[in-house]
Amino acid sequence: MKVVVCVKQIPDPALPGELDPSTNYLKRDDKLILDESDSYGVEMALQLVEGAGGGEVSLVSMAPNNEVSGLRTALAMGAEDAILVSDNALAGSDALGTARVLAAAISRLSPDLVLAGVESSDGYTGTVPEMIAGVLDIPSITFAKQIEIDGNTVKVQRQTEAGYDDVECQTPALVSVTAGVVEPRYPSFKGIMAAKKKPVEELDLSALGLDESSVGQSGARQETVRVTEAEERQAGEVIEDEGDAHEKIVEFLGELKIV
Amino acid sequence: MNFSASEDHEAIREGVRRVCAQFPDEYWREKDEQHEFPWDFYQAMADGGWVGIAIPEEFGGGGQGITEASIVLEEVAASGAAMNGCSAIHLSIFGMEPVRKYGSPELANEILPKVADGSLHAAFGVTEPDAGTDTTSIRTRAERDGDEYVITGAKVWTTKAPYCDVCLLLVRTTPKELCDGPTQGMTLLLVDLKDPSVDITPIPKVGRNAVVSCEVRYDGLRVPVSRRVGEEGEGFRYILDGLNPERILISAEALGIGRAALRKAVDYANDRVIFGRPIGQNQGLAFPLADSHARLHAAELVIREASWRYDSGLDCGAQANLAKYLASEAAFECADRAMQTHGGFGYAKEYDVERYWRESRLMKIAPVSQEMVLNYVSNKVLGLPRSY
Repeated sequence: MKVVVCVKQIPDPALPGELDPSTNYLKRDDKLILDESDSYGVEMALQLVEGAGGGEVSLVSMAPNNEVSGLRTALAMGAEDAILVSDNALAGSDALGTARVLAAAISRLSPDLVLAGVESSDGYTGTVPEMIAGVLDIPSITFAKQIEIDGNTVKVQRQTEAGYDDVECQTPALVSVTAGVVEPRYPSFKGIMAAKKKPVEELDLSALGLDESSVGQSGARQETVRVTEAEERQAGEVIEDEGDAHEKIVEFLGELKIV
Repeated sequence: MNFSASEDHEAIREGVRRVCAQFPDEYWREKDEQHEFPWDFYQAMADGGWVGIAIPEEFGGGGQGITEASIVLEEVAASGAAMNGCSAIHLSIFGMEPVRKYGSPELANEILPKVADGSLHAAFGVTEPDAGTDTTSIRTRAERDGDEYVITGAKVWTTKAPYCDVCLLLVRTTPKELCDGPTQGMTLLLVDLKDPSVDITPIPKVGRNAVVSCEVRYDGLRVPVSRRVGEEGEGFRYILDGLNPERILISAEALGIGRAALRKAVDYANDRVIFGRPIGQNQGLAFPLADSHARLHAAELVIREASWRYDSGLDCGAQANLAKYLASEAAFECADRAMQTHGGFGYAKEYDVERYWRESRLMKIAPVSQEMVLNYVSNKVLGLPRSY
């Protein structure tokens, strides 16, 4: 079984981020790390392959400046190899452009299953996985909390507000994995050392056979028109307790329909 | 000269940080208060291969040097785990080096893979109630009886003794007065701590309460000769070999605590507003913290020099001692300043700086006092007459 996981490398959320004023996109010039929301997909893929008693987990990523730091983390967890697509012409790509690139990289690997996080922690569009499935013309299942492979069928418990639905489809398929449904393993010391030697194939647009006009800023149909500061939260109401504070608190919670 | 950190070292730091991030200050505060060994932390570090990082690959370890081991322990301490975290794994990281270097292949093959994977806990027994720095005055003796040694005596400050399966024990096999020199006649044995003839009593202490240190009495413990490490009478020499790496590792642990304390102090000084401005705006608070940063940084450079020299096979006695001295001073001073920065809250347990303060105080005493380090520097580095 071959599982491909889409992995995004993002600026460290623990550090203050900065927007490029000319594009309104997040600056990605410094070291990038593995998006935590993708670590669930990697873990799920490793568990599926381990459960199947064999197989291979490969990664695909699109990042500027040939950045591989985040990929190395996922390789240290246990993935076998990776494809990194890096090309100056990809700057300013929207969700569909990104999906086209990742789909082109994935199709080189002919996987049985493609996994992705539900949404990235920096862009939050939540649309790239389904667009990849669309470009590849394979079925897509979203919000997976559990995945099982049975022959040529992928069976998924799909999380809903009320619980979960049991859904299934034929492979190859793309499944987006809900954050938190598995416990991503820590890269071990030996895993980290081994990851340095694992192959990362670096490709540009021409290697993927993609036209510059379909991706990057020139191919983008989406534009970030304006960025505004989030409104500061208003100060809360202070209640001086004159013996009836509890009633006012209950009333307040009642208005919020909490009690 | 190149001061840039290698990619491997950065990866090691990041890997250890990921594990430690699962064990926040609240965890260590509770373990310290409850006097509970941090089993889940220990297991996570063992599973990640961090406990065995300096054990050769042929025994299942990571095959790295003291530089990498010191980075692991620095990051553990800096996470806020401080000495409770470091002491939980410290002896497994390099303590069994004499077994690798001088033990029989059978003994090394039996012991080291289990230490590397964390399944075997090992202690180290040298210090006695009447023999601390003056190691040659130890009185725990081992008498030969056929294929066995019979051990009688007492050790103190045996860390983790109740959880350990074995202990690397320094004993006298020949009385001091019958030896040509005081350092002769001592032997290293790997003994079974679970034997009924071994009595273990924890010593109540100021801090690092998640990891016990104990008085251990040996009352006729029988040890097969096959558990002897190296040659009879050569134990002191074997122990000496490990002193410099021990000092480097302790220095790195002190540095880590200093970093943790400084981080807390800076955060608090930025957040705490008094008289309408953050207290960190007052130079009376800012300068001591900036000074601590400078001292920790200086100590770090000496630690790196010492570990690089050790790993390169160069003499590192002076550097290891200087590192231990500078890092211990800088760490405790920084923890003390962090407590001062916090004012009254620094004395409260929930801010954790008091835990760093208690634990960093230990580094000025163990594994060797600052005064004995200065004796070493006076005599061995500066060429002044020996004072003792």
